[in-house]
Amino acid sequence: MTEARPVAAAAAVLEVQAITKRFGGLTALSEVSFSIGEGDIYGLIGPNGAGKTTLFNVLTGIYRQDEGTIRFRGEMLRNATPDRIARLGIARTFQNIRLFANLSALENVMIGRHVRTRATVVGAVLRTPATRAEEQAIERRAHELLDYVGIAARGNVLAKHLAYGDQRRLEIARALATDPKLLALDEPAAGMNATEKVELRKLLERIRADGITILLIEHDVKLVMGLCDRVLVLDYGRRIAEGLPKAIQKDPAVIEAYLGTPRATTDPHPDPLPGEREK
Amino acid sequence: MNAIGSMRRHPAAKWVGIVLIAGSLLALPFVLASVGTAWVRITNLAILYILLSLGLNIVVGFAGLLDLGYIAFYAVGAYVYALLASPHFGVHWPWWAILPIGAAVACLFGVLLGTPTLKLRGDYLAIVTLGFGEIIRIFLNNLSDPFNLTNGPNGITTIDSIHFFGVDFGTMSRVGPLAFSSTIKYYYFLLAVMLLVIAVNLRLQDSRIGRAWEAIREDELAARAMGINTRNMKLLAFAMGASFGGVAGGMFSAIQNFISPESFILTESVMVLSMVVLGGMGNIWGVILGAVLLSFVPEVLRYTVTPLQMKLFGRAIVDPEVLRMLLFGLAMVVMMLFRPAGLLPSAVRKRELAAPKP
Repeated sequence: MTEARPVAAAAAVLEVQAITKRFGGLTALSEVSFSIGEGDIYGLIGPNGAGKTTLFNVLTGIYRQDEGTIRFRGEMLRNATPDRIARLGIARTFQNIRLFANLSALENVMIGRHVRTRATVVGAVLRTPATRAEEQAIERRAHELLDYVGIAARGNVLAKHLAYGDQRRLEIARALATDPKLLALDEPAAGMNATEKVELRKLLERIRADGITILLIEHDVKLVMGLCDRVLVLDYGRRIAEGLPKAIQKDPAVIEAYLGTPRATTDPHPDPLPGEREK
Repeated sequence: MNAIGSMRRHPAAKWVGIVLIAGSLLALPFVLASVGTAWVRITNLAILYILLSLGLNIVVGFAGLLDLGYIAFYAVGAYVYALLASPHFGVHWPWWAILPIGAAVACLFGVLLGTPTLKLRGDYLAIVTLGFGEIIRIFLNNLSDPFNLTNGPNGITTIDSIHFFGVDFGTMSRVGPLAFSSTIKYYYFLLAVMLLVIAVNLRLQDSRIGRAWEAIREDELAARAMGINTRNMKLLAFAMGASFGGVAGGMFSAIQNFISPESFILTESVMVLSMVVLGGMGNIWGVILGAVLLSFVPEVLRYTVTPLQMKLFGRAIVDPEVLRMLLFGLAMVVMMLFRPAGLLPSAVRKRELAAPKP
């Protein structure tokens, strides 16, 4: 990765074309389009209920879009199941942490290696040399990744017993274990304190430097504006703005979505206005 | 925990332990036979239950799929053996051919049950599997007309015993001063199969496959997002669990020489599930402990309760059969209150951490 990357000229890893998703009468996503360049950190923001997580779930195959197309590294994702999407190279974390709670941190990461390993029942039962070598490689890689996210010493602790910030890190490590090309993080900084957020930011920059594109849903506007190369803003399932963080902060549509008078009565807790906390 | 830890550090101690355990397992039937031959028979049944519990543990303990009709696979294995080695069809195939066939057929039934239930979990899955178990039993009960496949409620009799290198497991044989009764010979056979099944289970659990099952048990959605093909893995769990049940069923046929649908009632499914839950779901040693306890305690009661009452009151007031169910229910309630994760809950598998200490 070069220091100053051309913003839009980079080859697109993910191209989303006019995605629409309806739940009964509710249109959660309405013709949302965007594309993420290789090596970018791409921010996705919007008020609560804007459709950010729905978009994540469509991208990772948990929901199926009603209309529109998704192209990942040139390949159309049609009716792809979550496991196939993970195999293709999109890994994700969850807004409300979904670790394998009763397994150790190390095992959580080892499970992430599943999709890149091939031992069969026969291999596992007979402990063939190939299986044994693969098992060692899985464990070694899992150790490396725990170290990479900074929780190497917590490997034998049950996931549910980890501190909150460590659980978020573990989710990232588990996602990285699948060797993703695109890492989709759903509010990784939620519930973190200021120090943890600085650490997280360093981690995300390091992941990007290692050549992994990042799609980031985040409420912490300071983090998004400081970290992201481009930002997409959703409101009521529609794309209301997209572009460089600086431009987004000044966009009237964005300001209205966050402060807009008609919504102030219905949504008593709007997310902070972009730029608000920067002063 | 510490004892195990230090055993791992001293390979010599480990070998001494293994030799001691092997020695006592080999001597066990003769010790038991000196108390009463019935106890060897009870031990054999206990081993069959261990096999069943280990099979069910794959489905319930590892993959987290509640199966209330597991005994159906035991029945399938038993009937495959019975049909291929009895005068019923006049077919007498050797055991080493039939046991794998029984496992394969049971495996097929496992997939048959698994496929339509892939999207079900918890209570819903439990109800469907319960129905499946009953369907199999009712079929076995009624498949006697117009074509007599299972001989209906009368069951199949005079099933061949196992012959191994010219040794007939159905009769007594003597080696020097030692008398090997049929039951004792079957004990050794079952012991060998049990050790094999334990080894297979241990290796499966500590593998990519076992971890995928555990991931599905913990959080199916997250497992899918991590690239685990949950459909295939769940079917695999059903298939593996079922084939272990099939093998156990085949051995049951050979040992009993007689089977009927009555051996495969719902209570048996519940019993095996109780063994898994009592011992500790997902922990292989816990499951074995559960199976041993629930097989032996009722028998111990059977042999002690009546004599005890005779001694105390001069007559038998409570039937051991009644007491058995009472204690069984009480044990379950106490367990759920004090050790909800089982006697030996699934523990964290500690691994060597390569992390450098600061």
